[in-house]
Amino acid sequence: MATEYFNEMYEGGAVRAPYARLEDWMRSMPAELRQMKQAEAEDLFRRIGITFAVYGEGGDPDRLIPFDMFPRVFAQDEWRKLERGIKQRARALNAFLVDVYGRGEIVKAGKIPSRLVYRNEAYEKAVSGFVPPRGVFSHIVGIDIVRTGPGDFFVLEDNCRTPSGVSYMLENREIMMRMFPALFQNNRIEPVDNYSDLLRRTLASVAPAKCDRDPTIVILTPGHFNSAYYEHSFLADLMGVELVEGADLFVENGFVWMRTTEGPKKVDVIYRRIDDSYLDPLCFRPDSMLGVPGLMDVYRSGGVTICSAPGAGVADDKAVYTFVPDMVRFYLGEEPILNNVPTWQCGKTDDLKYVQANLKDLVVKEVHGSGGYGMLVGPKSTQEQIEYFAGRIAADPDNYIAQPTLALSTVPTFVEEGVAPRHVDLRPYCLVGERIELVPGGLTRVALKDGSLVVNSSQGGGVKDTWVLAE
Amino acid sequence: MILTVSHISTYSYDAPVRGAVQSLRMTPSVCDGQRAIRWSIEVVGGTRGASFRDGAGDWVEGWSLRGPVSEITVKVTGEVATTDMAGVLRGHRETVPPEAYLRETGPTRADSGLMTLAQEAAAGATDALDRAHRIAAAINEAIAYRPGSTDQFGTAAEALALGEGVCQDHAHALIACARFLDMPARYVSGYLHAGAEGTPNEASHAWAEVWIDRLGWVGFDASNATCPDARYIRLGSGFDAQDAAPIRGVAHGRVAEALDVTVAVEAVQQ
Repeated sequence: MATEYFNEMYEGGAVRAPYARLEDWMRSMPAELRQMKQAEAEDLFRRIGITFAVYGEGGDPDRLIPFDMFPRVFAQDEWRKLERGIKQRARALNAFLVDVYGRGEIVKAGKIPSRLVYRNEAYEKAVSGFVPPRGVFSHIVGIDIVRTGPGDFFVLEDNCRTPSGVSYMLENREIMMRMFPALFQNNRIEPVDNYSDLLRRTLASVAPAKCDRDPTIVILTPGHFNSAYYEHSFLADLMGVELVEGADLFVENGFVWMRTTEGPKKVDVIYRRIDDSYLDPLCFRPDSMLGVPGLMDVYRSGGVTICSAPGAGVADDKAVYTFVPDMVRFYLGEEPILNNVPTWQCGKTDDLKYVQANLKDLVVKEVHGSGGYGMLVGPKSTQEQIEYFAGRIAADPDNYIAQPTLALSTVPTFVEEGVAPRHVDLRPYCLVGERIELVPGGLTRVALKDGSLVVNSSQGGGVKDTWVLAE
Repeated sequence: MILTVSHISTYSYDAPVRGAVQSLRMTPSVCDGQRAIRWSIEVVGGTRGASFRDGAGDWVEGWSLRGPVSEITVKVTGEVATTDMAGVLRGHRETVPPEAYLRETGPTRADSGLMTLAQEAAAGATDALDRAHRIAAAINEAIAYRPGSTDQFGTAAEALALGEGVCQDHAHALIACARFLDMPARYVSGYLHAGAEGTPNEASHAWAEVWIDRLGWVGFDASNATCPDARYIRLGSGFDAQDAAPIRGVAHGRVAEALDVTVAVEAVQQ
């Protein structure tokens, strides 16, 4: 079985070049030392307070996300290709958003069905006709990528709203450097710690036209009950900006203000970590207590920038995803560097037939689902589960897409018995403002269970430090 | 026709509120059938904030008001010259594609009753325009106009089951039926000059617009079994009543709110 998967460290019996120096390191760690180090790492994570609450699973809400010490490594040339592909995709996604809230050329050209765009729940009528500063809707694009061979990378999904997990990218590196300083002397690894500077610069670069000074940036969080609250406060700290909740902000005179001990302070850029529908009860859900009443009126009149822009979600819908390669060709006139995973849309009759006949071999996802919930992994499911899912698809085919079960690459991972290959994916965080920036690295998620292909932290996944070698 | 409008909404609270923020969509649409001669909006004691024209073509004004106050008054007065366009919305600039108005919302969800009504009404229709007219007529028959019979949170399905409702229910039902038949439809808020003939209506009025190929958006007032004419003033639109509400606001404070509205729409003698 294991030989079917691309092992990123071993090819045949030989160690692949990027991992050359990790072999000795691995061998230099007997079980006792490893366990000690693992305990040390856990202790460090607990001390910094990085935890991940899992929705709907009960249990300990302050549970640590498992950290695996074995790094995942990319060679310089591997990364450069990925980087070009990721930036290309981020450009195309933003061009798509400007287009569908503007003239809708891609729809008129027949490249994407209008139904998928304009009848999409994530399409915000309220921002039609509005172009955000610098034409950017999605300022932080998280692109989930899997690898199936030495040069074979596929995009699994795009996250254009508020992709989370970047705090793990930064903390994993921090902890590895503290625990294994020698590793970082023996390997030339590109740094990721300038991410917060780049994020700050990106946000400042999209300040609204009405802002005529150094822009005031805030992070808007739904509050400490949110599973990613740690990340919100972590990023605010790193960037040196205020972390606020809706109640800390108010609207007056056509601007947004923050309550401070020295009186109201005008806010120019809001990096929001709350969903569109909660942003402003005067525009979206009237029962929302998390947002800021009147915020959208200020936004639409150019008094404040909201990142990501309301409405950005229409680009990362799983049914729209199928058309991202077409967006690259349509807007950029380039061939896509990164491929999509072949996807069947259950809303199409022929696709639906195929999916229903091949459920046991496919991965089925809800169009609007996230976090690995509401998903079927055919080969890992019982007949009963498959039948249950078949019923759900039949009841609402438009809501489902299916993909082949991908042979996700593996990276050596510390397990009970020693070191064993485990499946991984990758989420890099691309920043889009005046410039497009990508720190060399990202979040590698690893499925810790033997044979498991589900890397979501809510489903027993862990994380690894991700290296790009400088060379 | 020249119509004068006086529309005063007073929110009273059982205890003073710390302040309030409002988003108002209370300016007559810019389109061929109507032209504002004078128009003024004022939130008494408030400050005008951001204003802009949105993608649906509506003029939106933000207002804020610092408390403590126990009463907030929104005063709208003006004069509008209107002409009869037989319901067709012409010369109205907007960017939202009609297809966006196929989306279902809570109050405009078609249940089996509305689906049946839509199908039966549409059977035998010669074209889309005819279909919309027939649906509007069927709703006028099926839901009797009775002030106070439903509240602002009611749905089209509930009004049909009850057999009575107000203009909001008629518009929701028409929208539900049209969308069920794949015709984009939206909720329109505005004013209606009642006249002396005693037709059932409310001066502060609502109706529906249905997208008809080659004509564009066409208004249908199922409450009065007619298309909007020179007696109507159009303010704004949305997926449903809440989305199209002329006033959306939040008052800061844990208080009970009471709303008193007086609207007068009169024709100027020429």
